[in-house]
Amino acid sequence: MKIIVCIKQVPDTNEVRLDPKTGTLIRDGVPSIINPDDMCGIEAALQLKDQYGCHVTAITMGPPQADVALREALAMGCDEAYLVSDRAFGGADTWATSSTLAAAIKKLGYDLIITGRQAIDGDTAQVGPQIAEHLGIPQVTYAQNIEKTEGNALIVQRQYEDRYQKIKITCPALITALSSLNSPRYMSVAGVVSAYDTKEVKLLTFEDLKDHVAEENIGLKGSPTKVKKSFPKQVKAQGVKHEVDEDEAVEIIVKKLKEHFVL
Amino acid sequence: MTENILVICEQRDGKLQKVSTELIGKARQLIEKKQGQKVVALLMGDKIAGLAQDLVNHGADKVVYVDNPALKDYMTETYTKAACAVLKSENPDMVLVGASSIGRDLAPRIAARIKTGLTADCTTLEIDDETGELLMTRPAFGGNIMATIICPDHRPQMATVRPGVMVALNPEQKTGEIVDFAVDFAPEDTNVEILETTMITKESKDITQAAILVSGGRGVGANFAPLKELADVLGGEIAASRASVDAGTAHKDMQVGQTGKTVRPEVYFACGISGAVQHTAGMEEAALIFAINKDTTAPIFDVADVGIVGDVHKILPKLVNRIRNEK
Repeated sequence: MKIIVCIKQVPDTNEVRLDPKTGTLIRDGVPSIINPDDMCGIEAALQLKDQYGCHVTAITMGPPQADVALREALAMGCDEAYLVSDRAFGGADTWATSSTLAAAIKKLGYDLIITGRQAIDGDTAQVGPQIAEHLGIPQVTYAQNIEKTEGNALIVQRQYEDRYQKIKITCPALITALSSLNSPRYMSVAGVVSAYDTKEVKLLTFEDLKDHVAEENIGLKGSPTKVKKSFPKQVKAQGVKHEVDEDEAVEIIVKKLKEHFVL
Repeated sequence: MTENILVICEQRDGKLQKVSTELIGKARQLIEKKQGQKVVALLMGDKIAGLAQDLVNHGADKVVYVDNPALKDYMTETYTKAACAVLKSENPDMVLVGASSIGRDLAPRIAARIKTGLTADCTTLEIDDETGELLMTRPAFGGNIMATIICPDHRPQMATVRPGVMVALNPEQKTGEIVDFAVDFAPEDTNVEILETTMITKESKDITQAAILVSGGRGVGANFAPLKELADVLGGEIAASRASVDAGTAHKDMQVGQTGKTVRPEVYFACGISGAVQHTAGMEEAALIFAINKDTTAPIFDVADVGIVGDVHKILPKLVNRIRNEK
């Protein structure tokens, strides 16, 4: 079975700070990481590899710096890695990103595609389902367990707010991974060495993919949505902060609750 | 093309999900700028025709329903096929979808199929006075900044909105057009097989529906009992920040914030929560916010109406006693 894992390099949004004067993002010094849900996607693919001897390919679309994320995926145990990178892919929204990744996946060949549920910098959860749509294959999102069953079929435990389902899906198919799916393994020392010495990150540009995707479906031009503006969050008018003893604090809270007719 | 706004409604086991009526309420507000245009509700399922009137009563001018045994359980392909057929026939200008685990599976698939833009988890939807375009504003970078997204050249303009963000109208007995829309399904449309469904029995109620929330974070530690007592005495529920969920103290269902749930209660107690943007993105719309934290510099005090610098474990038991005496 050939598994392709789609990953994204993201800024660690827990570390992002705002410039209090300008309200803009301070990006300097913010570490880049593999998106957490995608780490679980890699681990899920590697577990299938450990059990059934699957071939695992990691791919990402991004700038040249995303090479590091792919090396980490190789060091964890992925067999191959592809960086989908070209100026022509820049400015892509989820529609154009997914059509580009779908083209790369089609070129590489696959049985199963695993993506993270969503990326922490965008939180859209759209690229996975949209890759599946561009490829015309079934999907199961929000996976919290994956088991292989007879033939080319998998049984996926799919999470909802109020229930979970066991769903049987037959490859070719796409699954999006929740962070509760597993605990990603660490890179081994030998893995890190081989990720830089023996394994390589291969580049896929638009030239490589143009048999699989039209120019009007990639990059800024292929993106139906545009960012009109971005702005810092409005902080609401500050309330009153009390540094008082406990009894007084209780009275302040009770008084306020009464004003709002809660009591 | 029409200038109508279509809301893709969600039902589970024949029960209408609240986000549907919330989005109809929002669509009503938006349609005021588009005179003579309609709010259309789309409902899909098996034996769900009886829910249509409820959608009219909540503000839909027209309800299109697809009633078919193939739609008994939510499945990506059957629902995408049905929705795309209705969208083709109705030709709306805008489509709103609830950002539930169903809507977030369905909406991207529809948008990819009909080649249009989709903006996820919008917190504000407005119509541009000049262009008539839908302005879709959403948090990005973990809630650190807001971005306004437009979809200039493709129609419909699609947005998902999380449950609890918009406000439903009070239902009134109304009359509206109700259309039974037929979709033919082929056996291969059912391309996955649901082997079993297990309901999650919840210890607490849905925090997005609670009027009063007592929420705890890292500063509370492992003991949520005082929070539970306060919630009980006020008739509320307990919630948590990501730190408490990550620490295993609180269940994921209780998590408020960018990666958890968006809540808009009447009263929100933030206990021992530092107030990272990640958290405040999910609760700052609460009508009245109390923050209790030992750290006088905690950013939670910036969003709180009433801030108390102090120890949650000392203040809450006294507060609970005081409220009991009050009653």
